[in-house]
Amino acid sequence: MFKNGIGMSKRSLASVAAEQLLPKKYGGRYTVTLIPGDGVGKEVTDSVVSIFDAENVPVDWESVEISGLENQEGVQKAVDSLKRNKIGLKGIWHTPVDQSGFGSLNVALRKQLDIFANVALFKSVPGVQTRHSNVDLVVIRENTEGEYSGLEHESVPGVVESLKIMTKTKSERIGRFAFDFAVKNNRKSVCAVHKANIMKLGDGLFRNCINEVGAKEYPEIDVKNIIVDNASMQAAAKPQQFDVLVTPNLYGSILGNIGAALIGGPGLVPGANFGREYAVFEPGSRHVGLDIKGQNLANPTAMILSSTLMLRHLGLNAYADRISKATYDVIAEGKTTTQDIGGSSSTTDFTNAIIEKLKAL
Amino acid sequence: MFKSQFARNSVRLFATKKQPSIGRYTGKPDPATGKYTVSFIEGDGVGPEISQAVKDVFVAAKAPIQWESCDVSPLFINGLTTIPQPAQDSINKNLIALKGPLATPIGKGHRSLNLTLRKTFGLFANVRPAKSVEGYKTAYDDVDLVLIRENTEGEYSGIEHVVSPGVVQSIKLITQDASERVIRYAFEYARAVGRPKVLVVHKSTIQRLADGLFVKVANDLSKEYPDVELQTEILDKTVLNVVRDPSLYKDTVAVCPNLYGDILSDLNSGLSAGSLGLTPSANIGHQVSIFEAVHGSAPDIAGQNKANPTALLLSSVMMLNHMGLVEYADKIEKAVFTAIASAPENRTADLGGSASTSSFAEAVISRL
Repeated sequence: MFKNGIGMSKRSLASVAAEQLLPKKYGGRYTVTLIPGDGVGKEVTDSVVSIFDAENVPVDWESVEISGLENQEGVQKAVDSLKRNKIGLKGIWHTPVDQSGFGSLNVALRKQLDIFANVALFKSVPGVQTRHSNVDLVVIRENTEGEYSGLEHESVPGVVESLKIMTKTKSERIGRFAFDFAVKNNRKSVCAVHKANIMKLGDGLFRNCINEVGAKEYPEIDVKNIIVDNASMQAAAKPQQFDVLVTPNLYGSILGNIGAALIGGPGLVPGANFGREYAVFEPGSRHVGLDIKGQNLANPTAMILSSTLMLRHLGLNAYADRISKATYDVIAEGKTTTQDIGGSSSTTDFTNAIIEKLKAL
Repeated sequence: MFKSQFARNSVRLFATKKQPSIGRYTGKPDPATGKYTVSFIEGDGVGPEISQAVKDVFVAAKAPIQWESCDVSPLFINGLTTIPQPAQDSINKNLIALKGPLATPIGKGHRSLNLTLRKTFGLFANVRPAKSVEGYKTAYDDVDLVLIRENTEGEYSGIEHVVSPGVVQSIKLITQDASERVIRYAFEYARAVGRPKVLVVHKSTIQRLADGLFVKVANDLSKEYPDVELQTEILDKTVLNVVRDPSLYKDTVAVCPNLYGDILSDLNSGLSAGSLGLTPSANIGHQVSIFEAVHGSAPDIAGQNKANPTALLLSSVMMLNHMGLVEYADKIEKAVFTAIASAPENRTADLGGSASTSSFAEAVISRL
């Protein structure tokens, strides 16, 4: 069933990447940067590593273990490794809320590598009880500007300005990516999410760019527009109406969290970030999970499915198909699932159940 | 069991036990009649019909209110959307208004009428309850949320410019003063409705200065409200949690900057009712407050006696509570909810029933 979504896509998910820019293999094996991140990151990436081991997937890991609590220079190690390998699998770095620390390392990494397109897939999973069924929506989010510009200043004490930057270049770029994604994954429509009734220039630019790219370059795909507050309300009430949503940075985060809640939680949402040269695969719903860290409770499904997206990006479709089928089968059977989706198994038990299932496939 | 719980909670939703120290209603009744005067903006489209329903219900409930009709059809003076002077005078005199839906005139560059009202009367806090309605099934049946939105600045500052062709800056403005008054109102409101927690929703991981200031103001103010627990939460987490399990927030008053509040309040309505059709709201200023239905003017069914007056009725209930007329508020609120819950013939078409606007009003009146 996952196949109907992203599964059937060719190895071209990073649709703007030319073939020669894709990762190279040496001795028939790929090297992939592995960044566990904070919170439950270590546990869920361990799960992927052991599944890949059991399946003899031709991937070698180059592990970069830094924490979001470290300073900005720490991110350089990750950037260097990703520049070498061009591909990575990543957990989420924690960003402390207090003013003393540094900005988000996640944002720093995305900006440095210019991995501008975040893709998150929200599809109802058979076997997981939720209020809505048949949800199948994709959020494609601009990853490098908008409300996340990081440009802020205090004009006088007690008066703060925060700049949201929207550019034609980046709006068109994310629009093109979204339409490309729709074409390659047999999607019917792309809907621009905006607040152009209030931010007439900023969000107006975004909406117009998406509409123009769609009308001129992708006549076969339906172009729609929706205001972000209405989109949020509709997503909670009738999520089945949505197909591909393309959003500026902040709205993508909001709709992504609604989507995650609709299908059963952040532990089930695969995702990826694409740039021209680099692709970093990480859970589509970016929650660190500090509260359940180290307790062997986390649901690794989001990371496992993100790793299958990565395998497809590398052209290793047969491995991807097997691993995603085994994962979905174990969840559908419902005997060995984690507590976030109503089960009582540990991360490692769930992982072992997938490995057992793979042996039988 | 849902029924008893429902009855208990419904009293607590809008009920104001103690009047807040900020944004308080200071109007006095007319000495001749003993009644309070309220400016009534009936609005466009279905506005007159649902307004009539409210008037009928108020007469039947013997609420000590007299209405002063008020036309806010906007004027454009020096290119600015402006409320006509008689309407401004009426609202400034009465300090309180009830408002039906307004059709926003379409025209480039004109400010929306709602925004104009907010600016004209300094309405700094938008209060949006969202509550499941018994008798109208949605995917969620345990929604009981209250959200207060900063109404004057933030992402809606209107300060934008093209830096160079194809590069736009939009400025989000957060000030200590505006943050303080809305957060203070949230604390006072939580006390008034008997909710033990105030939740500040923010994104200070990303907007460290702007949302950081909002959070800091909340932390400072919370010292004045030791009886109310202050929690802060990243927007992502609130969105995720509320869609997963809205009951997590049933003892909470959420407060946030403008844009997050706009999005979250509509999301809450999506959870409670699947639309804005049943959602009441209050806009609170230092002097003046305006209560309104959030839904649009529905010109397609205007004049057909089909529209559902529930949102405007619930807004009038919030208004009565704000004025301290708590017993009338409770009576009307209970009558509205029990009428909807009673039978499909007492529900309007939007709730899958067969009632007309006027027959629904009668069903409410018979339950007073």
